[in-house]
Amino acid sequence: MMSWLPENVSTYGKDIDRLFYLIYYITGATFLLVAVAMVAFLILYRHREGRRARYTHGNTTLEIIWTIVPAVILVVLSFMSQATWGNIKSRMPPADVHVQVTAKQFNWEVTYPGPDGKLGTEDDLEMENEVHVPVDKVVLVHLKSKDVIHSFFLPNFRLKQDAVPGREIQAWFQATKPGRYELPCAELCGFGHSGMRGWVHVHPADEYDKWVKEHWPSA
Amino acid sequence: MSDGMSVAATATHVEHVGHEKLGFVRTYIFSTDHKMIGRQFLFLGLFMMILGGLMALMIRWELAWPETQVPGTRWIPEPFMTDGYMNPAFYNQLFTMHATIMIFFVVMPILVGCFGNFLIPLMIGTRDMAFPFLNMLSFWVGAVSGVVMLAGFFVPGGHAAGGWTSYAPLTAVTQYTGVNWGQNIWCISLILLGISSLMGSINYITTIVNMRAPGMTFFRLPLVIWSLFIVAILLLLALPVLTSALAMLLLDRMAGTSFFLPAGGGEPLLWQHLFWFFGHPEVYVLILPAMGIASDILSVFSRKPIFGYRAMAFSMIGIAFLSWVVWGHHMFQSGMNPALGTSFMISTMVIAVPSAIKTFNWLGTLWGGSIRFTTPMLNSLAFVSMFVIGGLSGIYMASTPVDIFIHDTYYIVAHIHYVVFGGSVFGIFAAIYYWFPKMFGRTMNETLGKIHFWPTFIAFNCTFFPMHILGIGGHMRRIYNPMQYEFLQPLQPVNVFITVSAIGLGFAQIPFVINFFWSLFAGKKAEQNPWKANTLEWVAPSPPPHGNFEAIPVVYRGPYEYSSPEVTEDYLPQDRQLARRHAVAAH
Repeated sequence: MMSWLPENVSTYGKDIDRLFYLIYYITGATFLLVAVAMVAFLILYRHREGRRARYTHGNTTLEIIWTIVPAVILVVLSFMSQATWGNIKSRMPPADVHVQVTAKQFNWEVTYPGPDGKLGTEDDLEMENEVHVPVDKVVLVHLKSKDVIHSFFLPNFRLKQDAVPGREIQAWFQATKPGRYELPCAELCGFGHSGMRGWVHVHPADEYDKWVKEHWPSA
Repeated sequence: MSDGMSVAATATHVEHVGHEKLGFVRTYIFSTDHKMIGRQFLFLGLFMMILGGLMALMIRWELAWPETQVPGTRWIPEPFMTDGYMNPAFYNQLFTMHATIMIFFVVMPILVGCFGNFLIPLMIGTRDMAFPFLNMLSFWVGAVSGVVMLAGFFVPGGHAAGGWTSYAPLTAVTQYTGVNWGQNIWCISLILLGISSLMGSINYITTIVNMRAPGMTFFRLPLVIWSLFIVAILLLLALPVLTSALAMLLLDRMAGTSFFLPAGGGEPLLWQHLFWFFGHPEVYVLILPAMGIASDILSVFSRKPIFGYRAMAFSMIGIAFLSWVVWGHHMFQSGMNPALGTSFMISTMVIAVPSAIKTFNWLGTLWGGSIRFTTPMLNSLAFVSMFVIGGLSGIYMASTPVDIFIHDTYYIVAHIHYVVFGGSVFGIFAAIYYWFPKMFGRTMNETLGKIHFWPTFIAFNCTFFPMHILGIGGHMRRIYNPMQYEFLQPLQPVNVFITVSAIGLGFAQIPFVINFFWSLFAGKKAEQNPWKANTLEWVAPSPPPHGNFEAIPVVYRGPYEYSSPEVTEDYLPQDRQLARRHAVAAH
């Protein structure tokens, strides 16, 4: 089932996938255990004439075991998740490239800082629905919205971040493989929500430099 | 009334209950009898379930065969449909209303409204609710709320189209969706429904606290009553928060306030905090009564005491407390502080523990039983197994990093349907088959019941399990045409398979409808205690008269004394007084 995951092309994506697989194995094993026990009980203890059900109200030792075992597994899972969560959300690496993405009904407005490397200056470059970034560099996305809540979703990068009007939210990724990747909006944003999508173009270093030379007004 | 009756044996004194003949209107329409109000809620819920189900099928058609004519819909006018082709705005209205109807007008009215009303007085051994008039008002405000909700389809601009979660600012400004009165009506209807639920929950709490039969201590209450008691408390505390949020949204829309609009100094995330502070306890409102129902039915048809009664009760109390501190797990990707995400992840992982305890105790109840595969039992077993899948799939979302990927995908849709359909709706079916004899004095047909159960169980899994695959593939929720995305195109056969299964699931409900109405008028007359169960509702006649009991029963033991060594039969009703046993002669 997990083979349906889109190809991962970001650095932290593999950490997310590892957790995803781990939970898949834990929950899969738990489900099998419960299902096998249930089916076995249903067959073994089906009604037969002359056999009386066992008269018991429970077992305290069992209660303690099946409280503590799931609790321990879940706490360990929380700690493992926290390590990855912190790396993605709290301890962001220093950015190599900045891009501002402003969501609006029903487009992604992409702003590049231009030659001066600063956003919000005259030499900024604006594009619609196209994000061009270099491979193997940390890209910091400054996420904004002009109207309603949208969600910046890069399935191949395992990145999803809501864009909320009234604030700037930062999200980052580091692509590991050049290519062209789809960028849908994942939060309902109105009648044009379906079909609101852009593309992220990940370029090899030389190709990215060429793209910058072509598009950014030279200072 | 052939089976062992113990009514007379336990009567301490015979009370005289007023039996003055009531007219048609007071009996069937403006009734203050908790049983009639329960039936009214049932019919309201079942009617709405048909509407909600048809909407789901239209949604599914659109997803499998996007932008083709939906069969049988050419009568739906512009601007919803154009000659049978669905407009995107109408698609948004459909999934908004499908969820709104199923949650607020199907599962809540049936599980809480119908079974809460019907079962509480009967199972605790009293004649009616504490406030019968308030009870009647609760139903009628709820019914008006339902009519108001449906009216939203008939106003210019169409119905609310912001999803059942109605995230602001999308829903706070008319121009963002083009929906004007539809969204207002959505708010007003839910405010009314909140008032209806408040009246109900006050009634439930008061009744359970004050009106239990002599001997009915809290730890002799059936688990279904425990679950309804806890649900009433959750509703009492959660609904005012929703009502406040809805009032603020209405003010933003109509009075120019800016609670949720950043341009006026408001905060969009405030809506999400308020909505989910209500919304997560609400999820447990939908599932706890089904847990209680399944616990009772599993015990009855295993002919065995429930395993770990106190653990079951305490785990429900635990869920009730924890349900107030997990709301933020709906908001991991909302832009909320990541440190808060960590806190909510931990509380969410912790709330999985009581659910695990309950599952293991259900298995413990089956172990060593003498299991009868009646239709209510099959539906309860389906509840347990489907709830296990729904519970386990929740762990993926609890893990914040994994949630980054699966948030807002079909993985969430799969999860909620395993919990609310696999859980709550199988619980509803189990409860209807089980209590139908008591409610209507006739028994539903077992064969038709099984013809309903098996195709439903199979089609349910074929419909909702593949949604996990869609979610893993990254398929977003609430999109109108998946074929617009290159990365979703290889998943389209899965969408088609789901839709075909969903249509099958729809057809699988026909035997239920036939069985329900046929049994209502022509079913086999029900005995007083057809399932040989212990709880007090089976002491009353089927159906119970106004006032329920000839004499208020006295309770001597807990509700699950099946196969007790104290008696030769395999059940021991709560109200049967056993002759005091002489101390076993010491040799």
